Amino acid sequence: MSISVPALMGQLLIGLINGSFYALLSLGLAVIFGLLNIINFAHGAQYMLGAFVAWFLLDKAGLDYWWALLIVPVVLAAFGAVIERLMLKHLYKLDHLYGLLLTFGLALILEGVFTNQFGSAGLPYSMPDKLTGGYNLGFMFLPTYRAWVIVASLVICVATWFVIERTKLGSYLRAATENPSLVQAFGVNVPRMITLTYGFGAGLAGLAGVFAAPIYQVSPQMGSSLIIVVFAVVVIGGMGSIMGSILTGFGLGIIEGLTKYFYPEASSTVIFVIMAIVLVVRPQGLFGQR
Amino acid sequence: MAIEGNRPPEDAAPILASRDEAWEARYQRIGSIVLFAVLLVLPAAVYPVFLMKALCFALFACAFNLLIGYGGLLSFGHAMFLGMAGYLSAYGAKAWGLTPELAIACGTAAATLLGVVAGMIAIRRQGIYFAMITLALAQMVYFFCVQAPFTGGEDGIQAVPRGNLFGVLPLSNPLAMYYTVLAIFAGGFFLIHRIVHSPFGQVLKAIRDNEPRAISLGYRTERYKLAAFVMSAALAGLAGATKAIVFQLASLTDVHWGMSGEVVLMTLVGGLGTVFGPVAGAFVLVAMESYLAQLGAWVTIVQGIIFVVCVLAFRRGIVGELEAWLRRRKG
Repeated sequence: MSISVPALMGQLLIGLINGSFYALLSLGLAVIFGLLNIINFAHGAQYMLGAFVAWFLLDKAGLDYWWALLIVPVVLAAFGAVIERLMLKHLYKLDHLYGLLLTFGLALILEGVFTNQFGSAGLPYSMPDKLTGGYNLGFMFLPTYRAWVIVASLVICVATWFVIERTKLGSYLRAATENPSLVQAFGVNVPRMITLTYGFGAGLAGLAGVFAAPIYQVSPQMGSSLIIVVFAVVVIGGMGSIMGSILTGFGLGIIEGLTKYFYPEASSTVIFVIMAIVLVVRPQGLFGQR
Repeated sequence: MAIEGNRPPEDAAPILASRDEAWEARYQRIGSIVLFAVLLVLPAAVYPVFLMKALCFALFACAFNLLIGYGGLLSFGHAMFLGMAGYLSAYGAKAWGLTPELAIACGTAAATLLGVVAGMIAIRRQGIYFAMITLALAQMVYFFCVQAPFTGGEDGIQAVPRGNLFGVLPLSNPLAMYYTVLAIFAGGFFLIHRIVHSPFGQVLKAIRDNEPRAISLGYRTERYKLAAFVMSAALAGLAGATKAIVFQLASLTDVHWGMSGEVVLMTLVGGLGTVFGPVAGAFVLVAMESYLAQLGAWVTIVQGIIFVVCVLAFRRGIVGELEAWLRRRKG
């Protein structure tokens, strides 16, 4: 089989882009799960919401992409914090599955409301002027925007890892993950920390939505199909470590890209197949602890 | 950093509590008699197609409830069994010209086989992970159905002949079809009753309540969970295969994750882990959907709101609340 370098590189690039989204979203899921013990099914809807808020800002308020990068995470974090205060807070003493069911319901509501308003067809979001064009690397053409998304997501992922693993704030977070009542006894306001953590996760999902807006169409269904793949990514990685989530996300994106080149029929299922294999060989996930 | 935590905290309330056995048996007997007496005469008052749809979903929800209510495993991918069985049953009836009972058996067998494979993978994790894994596996089946040639892609398999039951009784007659569906539902319902009250069912409940203790008593809990998963898959398949014959259609809707969510909602509304809850939930939701059908995406919004309300304020569901009331009255 002869390998066409530009086509292979093109698929690898798409894989890296998808990997950036897997990494950003599974990172948010892992952080939320760590402290709240809830799998945030609404994560995909929050990502979709982020893209829509960016679209609103551009279309209705005339605020461009760069403003959206700042405003959307704040809006989504506030939205997340309100949801945590009003709803999720009441579920911590119950079986963890109830959190999954509640956030699934929230995802249905958000998706339904936006489908009602905008239909299933996507809305276009124009690429910011500064990031149009691209570089000719000789063996392939690299569009500036795609390079920007990959670099920006990497930076955000590494920054999140740094804050959680290497700062005082992060040490509180890790301690509260291990034993919330003990940390509370030391005078740390754990309920507030939980609210902020959920807000942070939602903000991260919103930011991913802004990144996605110029690449994919802004549509109500953009979150639900992605979130299921991200769940598989999370099962493969094991939510055991922040770095693990990041590596698994990017790695699986690349594998998916390669599959699209070598065996396109399997590209939509390859991540699920890997999940099945990992579960048989190492049920706790690549980076999970028993 | 260790953020693995699929074990609930010590004070986590279990989804179900134990009950008074003798009272329970009497309540179930009377309840079943009332339920089936009503279902026998209902076609006189209600449109049979609506009833058949509700009964198929009721059996689907009962199958799902077998797993969550008695095995403590929340599957978020049960649509794969419903949909796959529907495809095989429709394909068998249309392309191979099977009689309806054989087509349904064929679909059920396919779902059972799928249940064995999916179950062996999924039972390796519990709780939240189990839900995510089943969801992902179902999504894989969905993509398979989109691409596979025999499913007809976006069109599905249409105009499936209902045929003659056992080669003699024409099911094009709505009442003949209705009573066939009712018989299938009754069979599935009582099979679940037998499973739950068998020694196997008792072990399953023990595993749900305290798996480490069940293991220390010498039970191979993995095998019990797999068996429960396969039975639940087979019964969900029976529902899907029947549904395909009734509506003469097998389509992607039935393998979509939305369907997996719907069966969770039906069971939650009716009452998780109650005998009659899934039936009540299925009837309520099918009725709601047929009233809201012309409003498009509103169905999704209303479903989402019901999810949120049920989880926050109505966790016992309709039948769960009713049972609690009956128990209070009994004193």
